[in-house]
Amino acid sequence: MTHYVSKKRRPKEDGRFITGRGKFVADIKRPGMTHVAMVQSPVPSARLKSIDTSRALALPGVLDVITGEELAAHTRPHQNALDTPEVVVYPMAVDRVRFAGEWVAAVVATSRHIAEDAAELVDVDYELTDFVVDPEQAMLSHAPLVHEAHGSNILLSREFVWGPVDDDAKRSEHKIGFRVRWGRNATVPIETFGVVAQWDEGSGILDIWASIQMPSYAESIAAMLDIPLNTVRAHYDVDVGGSYGVKRGLKHTIVAAYLSRKHGVPVRYIEDRLENMTGGEMHGPDRIFDMTVAFDDDGTINSLGIVAIDDAGANSSRGPLQLGKPVSAICGPYRINSVYYHAISVATNKSGQSAVRGFGQSPTNVAIEACVDRVARFLNLDRLEVRRRNLVKKDEFPWRIPSGSSYDSGDYLAVVEKAVSLSELGTMGARVEQARSQGLLSGIGVVTTLEPGGGNSSFEPLLNPKNTTTTWPESCVVKMDRTGLITAMITTSTSGQGHQTLVATIIGEELRVDPDSIRVVHLDTLTGMPGNTPVASRMAIMLGGAASGAAGKLKTRLATIAAHALDTSPDQLELIEGGFRVAVTPAKSITFAELAIIAHREDHRMPANLEPGLQETFVMQVPTGGELPTPDGVVQMYPCYSFACHICRVEIDPATGKTHIPEYVIAHDCGTVINPDIVRGMVIGGAAHGIGAALYEKFEYNEDGQLLTGSFADYLIPSALEIPDIKLDEHCTPSPHTSHGQKGVGEGGYLGAPAAIACAVNDALVPLGLERWELPLRMGELADQIAGGQTLGNLLGP
Amino acid sequence: MRIELTVNGKRVAHDVEPRLSLVDFLRDELDLTGTHVGCEHGVCGACSVIVDGDAVRSCLMFAVQADGAEVTTIEGVGNGPGTLSALQDAFWETHALQCGYCTPGMIIAAESLLAQNDNPSDQDIREAIEGNLCRCTGYVQIVEAIALAARNIREARS
Ligand code: FES
Ligand code: FES
Repeated sequence: MTHYVSKKRRPKEDGRFITGRGKFVADIKRPGMTHVAMVQSPVPSARLKSIDTSRALALPGVLDVITGEELAAHTRPHQNALDTPEVVVYPMAVDRVRFAGEWVAAVVATSRHIAEDAAELVDVDYELTDFVVDPEQAMLSHAPLVHEAHGSNILLSREFVWGPVDDDAKRSEHKIGFRVRWGRNATVPIETFGVVAQWDEGSGILDIWASIQMPSYAESIAAMLDIPLNTVRAHYDVDVGGSYGVKRGLKHTIVAAYLSRKHGVPVRYIEDRLENMTGGEMHGPDRIFDMTVAFDDDGTINSLGIVAIDDAGANSSRGPLQLGKPVSAICGPYRINSVYYHAISVATNKSGQSAVRGFGQSPTNVAIEACVDRVARFLNLDRLEVRRRNLVKKDEFPWRIPSGSSYDSGDYLAVVEKAVSLSELGTMGARVEQARSQGLLSGIGVVTTLEPGGGNSSFEPLLNPKNTTTTWPESCVVKMDRTGLITAMITTSTSGQGHQTLVATIIGEELRVDPDSIRVVHLDTLTGMPGNTPVASRMAIMLGGAASGAAGKLKTRLATIAAHALDTSPDQLELIEGGFRVAVTPAKSITFAELAIIAHREDHRMPANLEPGLQETFVMQVPTGGELPTPDGVVQMYPCYSFACHICRVEIDPATGKTHIPEYVIAHDCGTVINPDIVRGMVIGGAAHGIGAALYEKFEYNEDGQLLTGSFADYLIPSALEIPDIKLDEHCTPSPHTSHGQKGVGEGGYLGAPAAIACAVNDALVPLGLERWELPLRMGELADQIAGGQTLGNLLGP
Repeated sequence: MRIELTVNGKRVAHDVEPRLSLVDFLRDELDLTGTHVGCEHGVCGACSVIVDGDAVRSCLMFAVQADGAEVTTIEGVGNGPGTLSALQDAFWETHALQCGYCTPGMIIAAESLLAQNDNPSDQDIREAIEGNLCRCTGYVQIVEAIALAARNIREARS
């Protein structure tokens, strides 16, 4: 029985947002604040012959115009996530530009209007050079080099063989191979990235307010500016207007911080939408998968082969690591005996890649689910039945996959049955027929996908042997003040995940205190404890665990004082609402308020040798982590695995190629739910992202290296008319590794929906003998394919 | 240029540059930062405010065009300090938000719908907020919130 966990409760955060009182970065004003606008390259690759800033500097109100050369002379380059020391990237172009939209100069002025006017007056002489936009072309030996010193466009090429791949291929009755493409998109928050930087000469502190969701943010700022880490104070009490992985404006921060220090004024840079889409370097994975699958007549999948070419664009920061996370669930939820994986990251003359929700898992899930559908079609078996036969069974957990991670717990078949029943799958075929009789194409998608959560970031050492990361802790500080009220402190920003609600609910549960009375504040990077921000579906697991741990320590401390005051021993005490009582003599009790007075003011009532005050810190270690990968790339990555089954039906107008989704159902299992409304929103919102990725969204570059979709008029984000009324059901298999059995849930919707939609669209194409595993499945291209009748692959043959 | 208008029931008079957008005027000159900017080209709806009874995109309007107008922003939606409108309360009840960035514009769009139709179907609701993009929620809990507010308003009236 829980008191607050899993119970409906209005989230703490919502009150300020519904009244317009959120505090976003664009709402922050500092006295004397100045504003930045960027000069961006109009061409994908060029030498910078000259930059003439004189006309811009002459404009009244302009403080300065800096070039990449000046910035590079005073800063260090971005740290590469991969072992690519010759790839040297600064926040702004130095000597040459590498993608259309790259920053060439930054103007700082007394208003954004003036800065924009001045940016137009910066004269840049570009000498065009050869460029490459297609990743497979980029891999050819004669391709123009994006980073000349690196000597190749291949940033990473690593082959893994987990398990008896060759033997499994030999013993399998069938083998098929085909290609899957995931288009370049991102989660594109409605708020662009923004930062305010203020260098305070007096205190020697660099204050940063930013719309940030990025691990090691302060560490990266300090390293690039070459200043001590305890100089940087990034404020985490800034509300972030959506992130889903992409809010990583490090280069923006370096420009603003450099300018602030140089001029002694606060500097603000808020991207406009065009700057965000073209130059913000927030595009996500862009992948080609060549899949092979070896299987038997009964549908048993024995082995997978995955060659993944990921187009990293023009930087080599964290983006390419997104080839690593999928290693943690490389078999999906299936009992696959062996896997061959070749991860290739390629540089091209496009915007650099950023982390996006799921960190590379969603594209991989599409490829895996496409394999299962392909196997079923090949064998003429029901697609759900093939999944049932291959899913890990309830009594097989913990289930270790060949690449080394253990799936903690689950009851996949039970979840599938919930989805089947909620979606009325039994009669969905009839609804497909009905739509077909009206001249529409219609098909069903059924997918089963995993969401790894709470990881130790082991993909870092896996893909870069010089990296020695084996943990990613998270912390919480809990204190009870002199009136007995609780304040908790966390070291992260929040971009919609409801961390205040999470922490208050769990502390309330541990201490039997109404969560509404608990205040949760965001510390900054100087006052805060170790933290790694809400990436990788980790906060319910890690921050929840830290809050539970800190509250548990506080409870112990309170009980020690209470036992002393009540003249008993702590183990005789029982926690009641607002205090303790003696279990055998319930009349003897003491309130938290009274204990708080004792701890803060009445030393004569304190147990001997107990320090005064009521405050505790807990730093949560990642469960199951702590080991480096073996030389052949086997490693335990994530402690918790959530599971979901998505079932949907689509209808496609064959003339226009427009896809409509009349039915969409998700049954999922993320262990213990902390706040049901928050979890529901996460799952549905993630699925909506996935529908966008599957059908509409693409950062499309033409062969001239120009981004064609730089505004919301052509980068299409689904509205309330495109996203269906998604229905949910839940199942709860607690995780053995967490404080309350919770698992991650922030990414799961996004990890299932693209696969579900792709499978449904392909099912709709079956009667035409067509298939298309190239996302997004946009209407024009789909209509062309339907009209032309040409298929991307042979549906029935290997 | 000198403009005079009513914002959230208060008369304001200001000198503004002709090129200043209404959203920048509200945010920068009046410190009403509840109205947000997402695209500045009229697609996302984050900047929605009510001008003379209609929800408009304040990024597409110049401040000078609001001269003489009556403007309501999210800060003026409640029924006085410390109170919530039926819609605000319903958004909280169904958790019709996550990051909260689209929320003020979404509530403004919904206020405008419910002023005209206090018994909207789900499809009516979806059409009314079609021009307001939310990246967090997938809209389902937003649609529920608006339907709930409509129900609460009707019940309070009868
Ligand atoms: S900011 Fe006005 S519509 Fe997007
Ligand atoms: S709540 Fe974040 S964009 Fe709508």
